[in-house]
Amino acid sequence: MKDKTPPRPIITLEGVHKYYGDYHALRGIDAEIGEGEFFSLLGPSGCGKTTLLRAIAGFEDISSGRILLDGTDMEGVPPNRRPTNMVFQSYAIFPHLSVAENVGFGLRKAGMGNAEKARAVGEALEMVGLGGYGDRAAHALSGGQRQRVALARALILKPKVLLLDEPLSALDKKMREQMQSELRRLQRQVGITFILVTHDQEEALIMSDRIAVMFEGEIAQLAPPQELYRRPASRRVGEFIGMMNFLPATIMSEASGKLQVEVPGLGKAELERAQCPGPANPGPGEIGLRPESLTVLFDGQDAERVAPGKVEEVTYYGDMTYYDVRLEGAPNNVTVSMRNMPGRPVLARGEATKLAWDARAMVLFG
Amino acid sequence: MKGRGLHIYALVYLVFLYAPIVLLPLFAFNDGTTIAFPLQGFTLDWFRALVTTPALHEATLNSLIIAISTAVLSTCLGLFAARAATRYRFPAKPVIVGFIMLPLVLPEIIVAISLLVVMLQLGLSLSIWTIIAGHTLICVPFAIAILQGSFSNMDRSLEEASVDLGETPLTTFRLVTLPLVMPGIIASLLICFTISLDEFIIAFFLSGNEPTLPVYLWGQLRFPARLPVIMALGTILVGLSVGLLITAEFFRRRGLRRAGLPDSGGFL
Repeated sequence: MKDKTPPRPIITLEGVHKYYGDYHALRGIDAEIGEGEFFSLLGPSGCGKTTLLRAIAGFEDISSGRILLDGTDMEGVPPNRRPTNMVFQSYAIFPHLSVAENVGFGLRKAGMGNAEKARAVGEALEMVGLGGYGDRAAHALSGGQRQRVALARALILKPKVLLLDEPLSALDKKMREQMQSELRRLQRQVGITFILVTHDQEEALIMSDRIAVMFEGEIAQLAPPQELYRRPASRRVGEFIGMMNFLPATIMSEASGKLQVEVPGLGKAELERAQCPGPANPGPGEIGLRPESLTVLFDGQDAERVAPGKVEEVTYYGDMTYYDVRLEGAPNNVTVSMRNMPGRPVLARGEATKLAWDARAMVLFG
Repeated sequence: MKGRGLHIYALVYLVFLYAPIVLLPLFAFNDGTTIAFPLQGFTLDWFRALVTTPALHEATLNSLIIAISTAVLSTCLGLFAARAATRYRFPAKPVIVGFIMLPLVLPEIIVAISLLVVMLQLGLSLSIWTIIAGHTLICVPFAIAILQGSFSNMDRSLEEASVDLGETPLTTFRLVTLPLVMPGIIASLLICFTISLDEFIIAFFLSGNEPTLPVYLWGQLRFPARLPVIMALGTILVGLSVGLLITAEFFRRRGLRRAGLPDSGGFL
C-alpha cells in the first residue's frame, strides 16, 4: 500500500482523551497531520470530530495526551497564542464591523501601518474573490460571501493550520459544490494545512488528501480517499463511506497469502490476504462489495464469474440505474449500479438476470 | 358587526388609558386654581411656581441621584447575571435565576415593608441610599430581561472568533462583546432610570426625611391650592418618561438592525 504520510508533521496527536464529566468524548486519538495537507475529520454527529478540532484550536482542554503543533506542546497555550485559525460553522462574522474591519481584525496587534494593513486586507479579499467588498456592512452579506470573509479573516494571519468546522453545511447544494472546489484551490494556492470537520462523506472524499473516519471518539480509519473507499477497515467504515453490499461468507482456509472464501449466491472466491483488514480465522465472516463492482450481464454477454438472480427493484437516476437483485442462494439483496449507455436496456422489476463479479473488488470482514 | 364591537372596545380602552394623562397638560396651562371645566385661560404661572419651590428642587435632585445610581447599579448587576445565565451552565441555574426575577411579580408594598423592617433591624438610618437599594432590587429583573435578550441574540462563536484571531478575553469583551450588547445596556439604563424615577411605594417607606419627587408630590396633594402646580410637574414628568422610553426602544431596535436580527418583541 502506498504510504502517503507527508514528510513533516505539523500536528501530532498523542493519546488524546477528553472527558465531559462521565462522558468520554475522545478516546485516545493518535494521528499525524502533515504540512500542507488537506485533512478531514469525518464522522456522524457526536463522534468527537468537532471536539477534536476545538481541542487543536485551544477552545477545549484535553483530559490527557498531547497535542503538538509544529513540534511544540500546546498544553496550557490559549487559543489567541496558537498558530491556528478557525472558520466557524456560523462563520462568526462580527456584525458591528465592515467587511474590511472583519478581515483586518486579527492584524490589530501585528504592528502594521494603516496603509500596509489596508493592502493586506485588500489582497486577502481579492484571494477569496471579494475584491472591492471591503466597505460593505457585514450583516448585508449572503451566506457564501460570509464564508469567504471568514476564510479571508483567518488566512490573512498566515496560520500554520486552518481549522474549518463544517464550513459548508449552511450553504445550499449548488453553492456548496462551488465552495468545495474553491476551498481546494485556495488550499493549494496558500499551501497551508487545512483541517476540515464534516459529516458529509462525499465532501470529505472530494476535498481531502487524507481522511480520519471517527466513531464514538475514536479514529476508525485514517487513509487517503481511494484507500478508504476501496479498502474500508471495518464494516462500519464501509457502510459510512458510500454504498456497500454485505453478504455473509465462510472463510474456508488461508494459505500462502491467499484466502479461500465461500459466498452463498456468488460461489467460491480467492482473496488476497490484504483484502481482509482484520483477522481471517476460518469460520463465518462477511464480504463487502461496492454497487459498481457488480455488473448486470445483458443478452449474449458473459464473464468469468457469473451469478444468477432476479431484479427486485429498479431505481432510475437518468445517468445511472440502481438494481436491487436477489441472487440465487443469497440471504439478502445486493445493489448494483449500472451506467445508462446508448443501446443498453433498463431491466424491469421481476426480470431474471445474471451478475458478473470480481473477487479483487471484495473486502472481507472476519 | 362583531368587528365593530371590537373597535369600540379598543377605543374605550384607549380613552380610559390616556384621557387622564391628557388632562395633565390641560390643567397645567389652565389659569384657575380648581381642577374643573370649563377652562379659564392660558397661563405659565404653575410652571413658574415650580421654579420657585426649593423643596421641589431638593426632591428632584434626590430623585435624579437615586434614579441614576439605580440605573447604573441595576444594569451592572444585570450584566453579570445575564451573561452568566446565557453563557454558563451551573447547578440550580433555573432556581437562582427564578429567585432573581421574583421581585418582578412580588407585591411592591410587601417588598417595601420587609425592606423597611430589615433596614431598621440593621440599624440603618433611612436615606437616599436605602431607596437606591430598594429600587435596585426591583430594577435588576428588568435589566436582566433586557440584557439576556442582547446576550442570547449574540452568537457565542463571535467571542471565540475574536480570541482565535489573537485577542485576549479582556480585549474581546471590549472589542466584540461590549459593542454588541451596548444597545441593550443603554436600553436597560434608560428603563431602570424611568422605573426608579416614578417609583412611589418603596421610596415612600424608605425615604426618611429625604423625599423623592413622587413622595413630595403625594405630600403636596394635601394642599388643594397646589394641585395645578402638580399638574405642571406631572406634565414634565410624563414628557420625560415617554421621551426616555422612546430613546430606549430606539437603541434596542438599532442593536437588532446592526446584528441583522429580526425584531421579536420589546417594550414598545
